[in-house]
Amino acid sequence: MGFSPLMDYRAVSAGKTTCAALVEEALTRAGQAADLNMFIELFSESARAQAAAVDARLAAGDSLPLAGMVVALKDNFCYRGHRVSAGSKMLETFESLFSATAVERLEAAGAVFLGRTNCDEFAMGSSNETSYYGPVRNPLDPSKVPGGSSGGSAAAVAAGLCHVALGSDTGGSIRQPAAFTGIVGMKPTYGRISRHGLIAYASSFDQIGPFAHTLEDAAAVLEIMSGADAFDATVSSRPVVSSPPIAPIGPQRYAYFQATLDHPGLDPHIRASLENLFEQLRSAGHTVDAVDFPYLDQLVPLYYVLTTAEASANLARYDGVRFGHRSEQEVDDLDGLLKASRSEGFGLEVQRRILLGTFVLSSGYYDAYYGKAQKGRRLLRDHAESLLASYDALLSPTSPHTAFPIGRENSDPTVMYLEDLYTVHANLTGLPALSLPGGLHPNGLPWGLHITTGRFEEPALFAHAALLQNTLSAH
Amino acid sequence: MSDFPNYETVIGLEVHVQLSTASKAYASDSTDFGASPNTLVSPITLGHPGTLPKANTAVVESAVQLGLACGCTIREHNLYARKNYFYADLPKGYQITQDTTPICTGGGVNIRLSDGTERTIRLTRIHMEEDTGKSLHDLDPFHTLIDLNRAGVPLLEIVSEADFRSGEEAYQYLSEIRKLVRYLDISDGNMEEGSLRCDVNISVRPVGQERFGTKVEVKNMNSFRNVQKAIDFETERQITAIRNGHTIAQETRMFDAAKGATILMRTKEDAHDYRYFIEPDLPPVVVTQAAVARIQADLPELPQARWERYQKELQLSDYDASLLTENRATADFYESLVGSGCTPKSAANWVMGPVRSWLNERALRVEDFPLTVTALAALISLVEAETVSYSAAQQRLFPALMEQPHAAPADLAQALGIVQQKDAGALEVHVDAVLADWPDKVAEYRTGKKGLIGLFMGEVMKRSGGSADPKTTTALLRSKLD
Repeated sequence: MGFSPLMDYRAVSAGKTTCAALVEEALTRAGQAADLNMFIELFSESARAQAAAVDARLAAGDSLPLAGMVVALKDNFCYRGHRVSAGSKMLETFESLFSATAVERLEAAGAVFLGRTNCDEFAMGSSNETSYYGPVRNPLDPSKVPGGSSGGSAAAVAAGLCHVALGSDTGGSIRQPAAFTGIVGMKPTYGRISRHGLIAYASSFDQIGPFAHTLEDAAAVLEIMSGADAFDATVSSRPVVSSPPIAPIGPQRYAYFQATLDHPGLDPHIRASLENLFEQLRSAGHTVDAVDFPYLDQLVPLYYVLTTAEASANLARYDGVRFGHRSEQEVDDLDGLLKASRSEGFGLEVQRRILLGTFVLSSGYYDAYYGKAQKGRRLLRDHAESLLASYDALLSPTSPHTAFPIGRENSDPTVMYLEDLYTVHANLTGLPALSLPGGLHPNGLPWGLHITTGRFEEPALFAHAALLQNTLSAH
Repeated sequence: MSDFPNYETVIGLEVHVQLSTASKAYASDSTDFGASPNTLVSPITLGHPGTLPKANTAVVESAVQLGLACGCTIREHNLYARKNYFYADLPKGYQITQDTTPICTGGGVNIRLSDGTERTIRLTRIHMEEDTGKSLHDLDPFHTLIDLNRAGVPLLEIVSEADFRSGEEAYQYLSEIRKLVRYLDISDGNMEEGSLRCDVNISVRPVGQERFGTKVEVKNMNSFRNVQKAIDFETERQITAIRNGHTIAQETRMFDAAKGATILMRTKEDAHDYRYFIEPDLPPVVVTQAAVARIQADLPELPQARWERYQKELQLSDYDASLLTENRATADFYESLVGSGCTPKSAANWVMGPVRSWLNERALRVEDFPLTVTALAALISLVEAETVSYSAAQQRLFPALMEQPHAAPADLAQALGIVQQKDAGALEVHVDAVLADWPDKVAEYRTGKKGLIGLFMGEVMKRSGGSADPKTTTALLRSKLD
């Protein structure tokens, strides 16, 4: 507790401090917070060099939109000449030959990369406990998880080690940890930001997004990272517009799924806080409607069938043949080498998801699982599209509860999978969503408010987030 | 198979055509054949973490060209799929291919057998996919070496219906496919270098039985002949097994060219479950009707159409037309000769005669023929105008012209002294001299040995250095002798 954010990065362009000074401060803080296990590696040397370069460019009169911004990268972002391991033993010593498009764009805009943050192995987890490098501790309460899979990134921002951190969100991996650490976490529309250089978990779900203390900072980096990219065929070529967090004028139309509030897993205080928020909105003249949503219990199964299927193929390249962990065991043949290397290199949760994904795609089961889940996904998309034709945004809790103790939920994977109950909807439908700090629970930990808008309506998402933030703080 | 009159062989072919696009199917690496191992490998080809595929549009273009040439239906909405299996030369652990939505469906390929029978082999589908790397098992005693230059090189897979009944049909079909891809200039179609590959699905059944027999897949044939041999071997093996009371197992076999036999590779139980699913990293490729129309309009005239036209319009024989249309460059060369004023028949004779021999002796392609069409046409027109005899042109003028390709053929003929002498006055001198030299033979001729005119003719030729015009000379000799 008691973390203060770093000095605003805009102070660098304003000449009030230097990028080098901010980076030194960030490195010092990171060193002091090492026991929280947030970083797998600090890029001290390259960060100092980047900072010097930014200061030099500013001195030469260049203007850089993100000059002085200190950014942490989740350990699944490729950054040329740096290691990237996806929180796995499999890639412990792997160094990337290129930088992710998002990383390159931030660097060009004047951001400095502090280091790579701890995360669940291959982004598979909701508590940051599947990492080969051990769990990350929540800076707000070190006995609690920070959420996952981008737990290190969320914790690093919450602890004031950096202005912004990048995460990847396949089923809630940015929004849930943002809720658990009391900061802003945002997942853009699928296709808004190039995935080039993001280590894939589930290709049709993965999106890159920011963690930040403020909506302004999140919107600023979103704008820089967004847009067409020759290296990713699935990225949209839609023009990038800025998303200033300015509350819209006049009455707005909000919807929520009654089933999300009625879910037995939802913490009563979070439910009451939400209902209270809805009342405030209504009394301010906005519409807040409960709408039917018959698919809530299908969301998590749909998500796990589809994402594990894609993951089983995406992770097939880690075979110890060309790079990554290769077993030293005596083996008889290629199959032996592959089995030994993958059994040693992958942790249990990753192995479980690869097996699950292999199963749902296998001949004889494909139609019952993968095929059916694809149809379910289409149904969900259509449903969300028609809903958001009549409403401006969809509201829900980000997580059913606040951050839970380390070690509590990792005995039964299906309990952990329910962590994603409210967040997977945005990944299944590809819609943009954001988690906003909702306030403090009586247990002293923050809860998150989850906002979803229509496809490529990031500007609306930030505008509504501003309105809701105002409403929450007026309380 | 005449050896087994009561049985029928049923064969389907899966042909892989390696496209000659400049870059790979999903990465910008070059596709050069023969580069040093593992030099054409970007992080994308190596399947490094964080890399994504990007579809090369030239592959779609090639697929549509081949599809239109075979009369296929072209699909508008094309999805890519992942085919999952582990192998050391498959960097991503899956191959990007097409599963349920192949870009081309239906259509067929016409073949002609040696006895003149014509057949159409129906196609099931043509789809786009990427090649694997190469595993080299025999270069190092202890290791398998992997070359990933080929990984990601684009392929078209052409799947036929089970329409073949003999090895010869398969051979002719492969020849047609090769001819087509070369005409379209989408592949070099070289089976020895692996840019054309063929897997055979083969079963046998008693004549009259409708149900197919159990099918065996045969791989690893590196020439058209070996495909034919593998089919012949497999036909005999399967029929013999059935006759001996055995059942045929569904399995994959490998052709061993040295033994001329197929050997077991894997049984059905070991078959892969490829777990196909839609490739999430590539959006569907849409082939619009406008794009299809444009590609159709740009298609070159295809070999079969040319073959028919050469017989109908140019009055060439079936044989001549076949030889000339064997490849597009030869046919183009031939047609430009005709376009330069040569008669179709004499142009055909020259292309298939002296030009072809000259190229064969040097192992060159017609594209590499150093003479311009104009120069060769000028030479041929000297023969057609009977200014130079065909034999003098072929034996002396053509080689001389190849030595001095920029010389005018008429000047060369002059210099060689092979311009046929038609001036009766000049020839009369030679004729008189010959008749004076051979009084005995002249007497014999006059007693009825008319065949001796050949002797006088040869002597006149000698004296004239081969330039005497045969017609004029004969007429002169007759007038003096008769």
